[in-house]
Formats: sequence, structure tokens, C-alpha cells
Amino acid sequence: MSRDGAIFWLKPFIARPIALMGLGILLATVLAATFAPWLAPYDPYAIDPSIRLTPPNALHWFGTDQFGRDTLSRAIQSARMALLIGSGVVMFALVTGVPIGVLSALFPRLGHVLMRMVDVLMAFPSLLLALGLIVVLGPSVVNAILAIGLGYMTTTTRIVYGLTLRLRTETYVEASRSMGAGTAWLIGKHILPNLVSPLLVQASFVFAFAQLGAASLDFLGLGAPPEIPSWGNMLAESRTFITRAPWLLFFPGMMIVATAFSLNLVGDALRDRLDPRFRQLLGEKG
Amino acid sequence: MWSYSLKRAATTAVTLLAASVIIFAFIHIVPGDPIYVLLGDTATPDQIDALRHQLGLDQPIVLQYLTWIGHVTEGNLGRSIFFQAPVLSVIADGAETSALLATMTMIWVTLIGVPIGMIAAVRHGTWLDQGLSGAAMLMASIPTFWVGLYLILIFAAWLGWFPSSGYPSIFEGGIVNLRYLVLPSLALAAPNAALILRLTRASMLDVSREDYVRTARAKGIRPWQVVTRHILRNALLAVVSAFGFTFAALLSEAVVTETVFALPGIGRLVVQSILRRDYPVIQGVILVIVVVYLLVNLIVDLSYRLLDPRVELQ
Repeated sequence: MSRDGAIFWLKPFIARPIALMGLGILLATVLAATFAPWLAPYDPYAIDPSIRLTPPNALHWFGTDQFGRDTLSRAIQSARMALLIGSGVVMFALVTGVPIGVLSALFPRLGHVLMRMVDVLMAFPSLLLALGLIVVLGPSVVNAILAIGLGYMTTTTRIVYGLTLRLRTETYVEASRSMGAGTAWLIGKHILPNLVSPLLVQASFVFAFAQLGAASLDFLGLGAPPEIPSWGNMLAESRTFITRAPWLLFFPGMMIVATAFSLNLVGDALRDRLDPRFRQLLGEKG
Repeated sequence: MWSYSLKRAATTAVTLLAASVIIFAFIHIVPGDPIYVLLGDTATPDQIDALRHQLGLDQPIVLQYLTWIGHVTEGNLGRSIFFQAPVLSVIADGAETSALLATMTMIWVTLIGVPIGMIAAVRHGTWLDQGLSGAAMLMASIPTFWVGLYLILIFAAWLGWFPSSGYPSIFEGGIVNLRYLVLPSLALAAPNAALILRLTRASMLDVSREDYVRTARAKGIRPWQVVTRHILRNALLAVVSAFGFTFAALLSEAVVTETVFALPGIGRLVVQSILRRDYPVIQGVILVIVVVYLLVNLIVDLSYRLLDPRVELQ
């Protein structure tokens, strides 16, 4: 991205302090995930029954869980799972949604069939679709990504389809076509570059809702295996102790909320920079 | 109107038919032979062959599908492995809880989302609007089960105002049993109310830019009358259409909420059936939910068209 491009995208954040805060929280999450082993004050897996269920104190800022594990260290470690799931779901949605959407818009006959299939998938509420897929594939991190990603593949495909249909009728695209440009050239030169910005917005919303979806799967015991620290798994474990140890409920939940809220704020700020004709295609529902 | 309704109904039917193929395929692609799942590991080869024949699993797959769909239209969704009862009656047992939960949730969503969205739109651009819109985005970023656990902690464990879990039928304990659904419906309403709030606000702002609103203002109609008569009435049309997908989101999220509050509904039934590997029940619930979802969307679309005849089928 050129320097001017960077300034263009940064502007809404400078104008809106709350969006800047969102960007800050996101950056902090990425840093926490990257440097988790060095940032975490304790080993997130270390068990110490002598200090089980201690409330937050100077030694353990977020308290300890039923095995005496340090909640802060586990919360930091879990940022890795959050980023993995989020980026995995976004990648899956883009890798499948972009080609299907673009080709459907450029080849109406193919598009008719493919978009009907997308409609059929959309007849399944997203979490239900995810649960069905987990039953078939079995619970694991990769399968959680696929299961959640499938729900966002459909929305992403529809957005890409809608955008490409509009782009196709732009004067410069028609001019280019009339001068003999091939389909591949049109896609590479005119369609894809124009999809980048709206998809950036879509990606931040998908990333946000993937956090909530993954947390739900973990909470139901159908997401990441229980031995892997994730915010959803921490909440699932805390459930039994909510009256005795409310801090176990508070901190992992706040992490999920902070991450999802920041991504929504960032997506919202970026959306304001979009071409107004594209904006209405991108709702906050992802 | 009639041709629109017919076309729209036909699309729904085709989508449902295609979805039914996926739902049918589900039971065939789950890991392991369904026969072993049904009979367990101790079955003899004779038992296996007998059941395979009885279930028609030795028939060609297309014939199996046709038989299955035939049974489905007669209300026969198969038998639950765990309950040893017809799937339909197992689902029917959970229907009361889920239907009441959904209704109460939609009431909260409407009562919270629409008026606050209206206020945000009328105060458009002020700190109040920014605060309300920000709060809505925050609400949409909170996992429903987390809200649920907090509601249990505060209103059930600490204050003792509402029961923390379960739901005895109102047909046995009377209407007061609805108190069991207050906390779950509030938890479920939170993100959806946020969505409707943002939608009401956005669509009121859209409508307020229309020519007829400007004309109304120019005629000297009182500002609040312009808001209620001209803007709100038309803005609510877009909100009505959103109730369809809100309802869908709600069906999904109810899976988690019913688990948190241990409600004997269809959502918790899915989760428990997954853990019990009771595939016929999972298949049945998915089918029922998809049918309900498509029907609700059909009704919403048709009523939308009735309210606003300008809408054309895309």
C-alpha cells in the first residue's frame, strides 16, 4: 500500500478516538499472541493445588482457576487461539467466497447454479450448520475453522457477487472489454483490485463474529479440545464455579468482548472510507 | 401480488427440497455405519443384515431418499436411538420451551431495539446517538452465553429474583412459570436487539432523506408528527424484513442459551444429541429448524410485500 493509501485508511481512526482504541486493542491482542511465552507471568499449564481458586491479587492479577493455574497467563496464551481461529475463518471465507462470487457474476449461467447452492446453504442457520459439520468431521481446531468458515463463505460469496455485478457494468470495464480484454485480464486488472477495500471491511466483521462463534463452540465442548487454552474453553470450565470464583467468568469473557468489539469498531471505521455505492452491501451481520 | 406470492413460494419449495438432500446426506456421511450406531458393537451379522433390510439401507441411494422424504411428509422422522421414541415426539417435547423462548426474545428485541433506534435516529449526530450506537455495537460483540452466565450470577445467585435454570411447563405450573424464561430470553435478546436498533436507526435516517419527508416538513407539519407518521412508518418496513433473519440468528443462538440455562428446548436437545451420537434426532431437529426458518422468511417477505407493494422479486 502506498503512503497516500495508508493515510487514507488511517484518517477515520484519527477522527474517531473510539475506533483508534479498537485498533489499539487489536494490536495488543496480536502482540500478546506473538509474545505469549514471554509476556505470561506463569506457565499457563502449571498446576498448583495449594493456590486453587484464589481471587485476583498482586501475584495473580486475574486470580487462579480450579487447578491453581494462573488465569492471566492462560488468557494471554488464549490470544493465539483467537487469532488462529479468526484468521483461519477469514481465509477460508475469502479463498472460497471470492472465486465463487466473481465467477458467478461474470458467467451468469454458472452463477445461476452456484448462487442457488449458496442460497440453499443459507437456509441453515449458521451455528446449526457449524454444529452439523462438527458432527460429521469431529471436534478439533481445524474443523471449528471450517465449520464457522462455511457460514461466512456464503455471506462473503454474496457480497463479492453483488460487487462484481456492479463493477462489470462500470464504463471502464466495458471499455476495456470492448478493446478486447480477456476475462482473466479483467478480473486481475479491474475486478480484484476494486474488491480489496470492501473485503477488508468484510474481513474485520467476519473476524469479529468468528470470535463469538468459536467461543460458542468451545463453550458447548465442540470446538478446540479442552486441554488447549482458549477464552471459550476457560469460560466453559468456569461455569461450575461462577458463584465461588466470579473472576474466572469475568476475564476470559472480557477478552472475547474486547477483541470482537475492537474488530467491529475497526470494520465500521473502514466502512466509512468505502465507495458509498458499495457500503450498503456490507452490513454489520458479516 | 399473486404472481409474486407464487414465485416466492416456489423458490422456498425448491430451496427446501435442495436442503432436504443435504439433510438426508448428513446421516450417510457421519462417521461410521449408521447400523453400528443403531445396534452398538455387540450386534451379530444376522442382526445387522436384518436391520439394514428393515431400514431399507440395502436399497439404491435415490430410492432411500425418496422413501425418507415420503416418511418425512407423513411426519415420520425416524426413531431416536437414545429415547427409543419417534423423533417427532422427542422434538415436540422441546417445542413449547423453544417457541416460548423465541416469542419472549422477539418481544424484548422489539421493545428495546425499535424505540432506542428511533431515539438514536432523531438525535442523529449528537453524543446521545453516538453513545447508543456504540452501546449497540458493544452488545453485538458479547457472547450470549456470557451474558447468560452473568444474568444467572446476578439475578439468580445473588439477588434471587429469578430461577437460574430449567423450565417446568406453563401447562402444569401455570403462567408464573414464564419467570423461568425471563433471564434466558434477555440473554438471547441482547445481540439481536442491538442489531434491530442499528437497523431501525439506519433505515429511519434513509427515509428521512426522502422527498416526501422534505415536503412534509415544508408543509409545516409538526416535527414529531413527521417522525411518527412519515418516517417511522416507512422505516419500520425495512425492520420487518430484518425480523426474518433475526429469527434465524435466534434459532442458532438458542442452542447455546438453552444449554446455559438447562432449558428443555430443541436447542439443548441438539447439543445433547450430538454428545449422545443420536443422529436421527440431530437430523430431525435440523430439518424442523430449516423448515421453520424458511417458512418464517416466506411469511416475512410476503407480509413485507403486502405492506409495501413497490417491492419486486429480485
